[in-house]
Amino acid sequence: MWQRIYALIVKELLASARDPQTRWVVLFSPPFLLLIYAFAITQEVSDVTLAVYNQDHGNASVELISRFEGAEVFDQIIHLRAGADIAPTIDARRATLVMRVGEDFSRRLERGESAEVQLILDGRRSNTAQILLGYSSRIVETYNQERLDRLRATAPVRLVQRTWFNPNLEPLWSAVPALFAVLVAVVGFMVSALSIARERELGTFEQLLVSPLRPFEILIGKSVPALLIALTSASAMLVLGMLFLNVPIRGSLALLFFGMVVYLAAIIGIGLFISSLAKTQQQAIIGLFMYMVPAVLISGYATPVENMPDWLQGLAAATPITHFIVISKAVYLREAPLWLYFSHIWPMALIAAASLLAATWLFRRRTG
Amino acid sequence: MVALVTIEGLTKRFPKQAEPALRSVSTQIRSGHIVGLVGPDGSGKTTFLRLIAGLLRADEGGIDVGGFDPVANAKEVRARIAYMPQRFGLYEDLSVEENLNLYADLRGLVGSARKATFERLLDFTGLAPFTGRLAGALSGGMKQKLGLACALVVTPELLLLDEPSVGVDPISRRELWRMVSRLTDEGITVVWATAYLDEAEKCETVLVLSEGDLIFDGRPADLAARVEGRVFMIEGIEGDRRYVLNKARQHEAVMDGTIQASDVRLLLNENAHAPSLASIGAGDEARLQPVAPRFEDAFIDLIGGGFRAESPFAGGSERSHDIAIAVEARGLTRMFGSFTAASEISFDVRRGEVFGLIGPNGAGKSTTFKMLSGLLKPTSGEARIAGVDLRTAASEARARLGYMAQKFSLYGDLSTLQNLRFFARVYGLTGVRQRTMIARMIESFALTDKLDENSGQLPLGFKQRLSLACAVMHEPDVLFLDEPTSGVDPRTRREFWAHINAMVTNGVTVIVTTHFLDEAEYCDRAALIYRGQMIALGTPAELKAQAASSTLPNPTFEDAFIALVEENEAVNAP
Repeated sequence: MWQRIYALIVKELLASARDPQTRWVVLFSPPFLLLIYAFAITQEVSDVTLAVYNQDHGNASVELISRFEGAEVFDQIIHLRAGADIAPTIDARRATLVMRVGEDFSRRLERGESAEVQLILDGRRSNTAQILLGYSSRIVETYNQERLDRLRATAPVRLVQRTWFNPNLEPLWSAVPALFAVLVAVVGFMVSALSIARERELGTFEQLLVSPLRPFEILIGKSVPALLIALTSASAMLVLGMLFLNVPIRGSLALLFFGMVVYLAAIIGIGLFISSLAKTQQQAIIGLFMYMVPAVLISGYATPVENMPDWLQGLAAATPITHFIVISKAVYLREAPLWLYFSHIWPMALIAAASLLAATWLFRRRTG
Repeated sequence: MVALVTIEGLTKRFPKQAEPALRSVSTQIRSGHIVGLVGPDGSGKTTFLRLIAGLLRADEGGIDVGGFDPVANAKEVRARIAYMPQRFGLYEDLSVEENLNLYADLRGLVGSARKATFERLLDFTGLAPFTGRLAGALSGGMKQKLGLACALVVTPELLLLDEPSVGVDPISRRELWRMVSRLTDEGITVVWATAYLDEAEKCETVLVLSEGDLIFDGRPADLAARVEGRVFMIEGIEGDRRYVLNKARQHEAVMDGTIQASDVRLLLNENAHAPSLASIGAGDEARLQPVAPRFEDAFIDLIGGGFRAESPFAGGSERSHDIAIAVEARGLTRMFGSFTAASEISFDVRRGEVFGLIGPNGAGKSTTFKMLSGLLKPTSGEARIAGVDLRTAASEARARLGYMAQKFSLYGDLSTLQNLRFFARVYGLTGVRQRTMIARMIESFALTDKLDENSGQLPLGFKQRLSLACAVMHEPDVLFLDEPTSGVDPRTRREFWAHINAMVTNGVTVIVTTHFLDEAEYCDRAALIYRGQMIALGTPAELKAQAASSTLPNPTFEDAFIALVEENEAVNAP
């Protein structure tokens, strides 16, 4: 029995290594995707045009505006002459942000009252707008602070911000671990979902079925190579992440790899289940995407799971990607506590057991 | 007659292939003829047709279709020809009528002309009652008829048919042939490509291709005349006809030999004297009977003779004596939904017997075959291999059988050697035994030069050999062959059967499915499966005798097949 499984594993690995398409799709493209996606989702904003409509002519407003002018994000400043210019400026995307200073701004500050500055943002570019709002608030806050210092007064409460695990708020640091989890799943899915469907399509599957190989032997012989291939691809991604994206791994690599094996067992189980259902590779690909796209969307990759309705959170918990994103982020960014780690390992192990059993069952049924 | 197509020095090479697909072919196709384009798979038939249709560009030489070049004047040529590729582009999810509509739209056939054409074509093809049926639900023969109808929505001057009879049972094959003959009466010129040599016999002229060379161009009768007086049948053989064939094949006077039911057919070398029947072990009662040559005899003569070497499997070790019955089928029934694909099929196959399952496509022979080999679970009934029930001890039973699929089904991305190793391991061959058996297969099938080549890139003949090697390496007791030599050239087919016969002599049992009735002649006994029922069981000679009549005293296997099916139809008619 072990020899038969060994034969199948050797065959799968050889076939993948000898087929240039498989080689490309499975081993080289995911690390590349990691690099490309990582750069594409960078959240830094630069080269923004700021429009200023200043109705006030006092020193205070000039000082505030000069701080904005000095900020690195704002590449270009337009001065508006009339309130009527504001709408067309945003409409035509001449500026993403318009700052309007009222005519009594300096006067009110001198009187010791609080004054208002209006910021108008282009909501069509919501992500950029959000970030600009953050920048602008910080500029205003610093301005307030310094003003209070000059007056030798103290503000009642001061907010001091420090982001742990990603002290400089590097966007890549939080993006790469999640992306890594998704791309590992893609490789595992592709290799496993295509494997049986491909043999069925090419007619080699019957040749396997008439041999002494038993159904569960075929499934083991299909799972192990898929696992090895996906782990190889994942290692390449880890190395690339460190070398080119400068994303460090703070936690234990051993825990990461152990988690990945459990994770891939679940992924491959689902992949083989889909593959047992499909008659052709095309069907397998379609089936795979019907599962994979929603699974990634609810996994917490794009939006936090905690913000989802309860029933969706339940579904998310049944998706291995959800759990591995947590593990991946934890191991990447910190020395994760073991209770957190194992609280996400056991659901994946459960999914792996269930999906592999279901695949074996379906496989037996479909070949009778 | 006028030449419709003139071809001069036509050569076509494909990248990454050492040998050209066609090598300086020159010929003329005269109008109003059926021209048979004959040759085994890979001999260049499809390339030839595609060049005429302007779908490929020639490397050298020229083609003239009614005064036009197929590539430079594509529009003019396409208006004159209809091309039906091997897998005609029928949309399986559209009905017969919708398929016809689509091709009429593509060809710009509208209004009353369309209506009249459809009526004519549906009547002509006999598809009128099935216009609403999905193309995917048609039988192989009906699909080809629909394909033909779609190709004919605009009446062409030249009709190119690429192996229209592949996958079509003998009855539909005859109907298709009759339909095409009628087209030539209307003045349409037809090129009919085929790997079946018996079809070539019926054409007015034939072009015979072999490995890209045009080796014959003329009337079939002229070709057959080459071997006139050199073809004999040894009748009344006592003992094993396989032994007689094996002896005869290796005799210096003999160019080719085949088994025909209980007789052996010989083609002698020119001016050679037939070997004495005693020397080839045919027994005292045997007679040498001269017979009329067939196209295939002439084809073999043209390519320099059949397979004449001794099979390396001859004289091998005797297979287990402990079983008398190698395969048992007991009331095998398989339902797909409410459809009965096979019903109550029972027979025994003795050890060392070649047993054939024959029948039209979709009649249930593949279903039966799959139940016997364990690929399909019977709804009821049971199958035993060497006494082992396939349901209870499937893995053990499967270890005793070898299986060769119709389609090449080894791993194309793996090399020859890697395939051999994989199957050796899967069948539990280890250590020294594994190495010896692999070495023996490489030697027996002359694979030494091809060991590192990807098996998917091998020439057809080698693929065939490698498939057989992988199926027999573990010395199975029972060998399952699914349409083993369809499309294979006659010489490779003879080589194949020489190996099989040698193994059978050692006690291997062979189950073979085929609708290629020449192959059925090699069987000791055959079961005829039709509409899920076994309608006849017997030796080929018995089956032929059942079909013999006053009008047809010496039926071929194909005649017998058709007669038995028609008889069954008549009995079961409501």
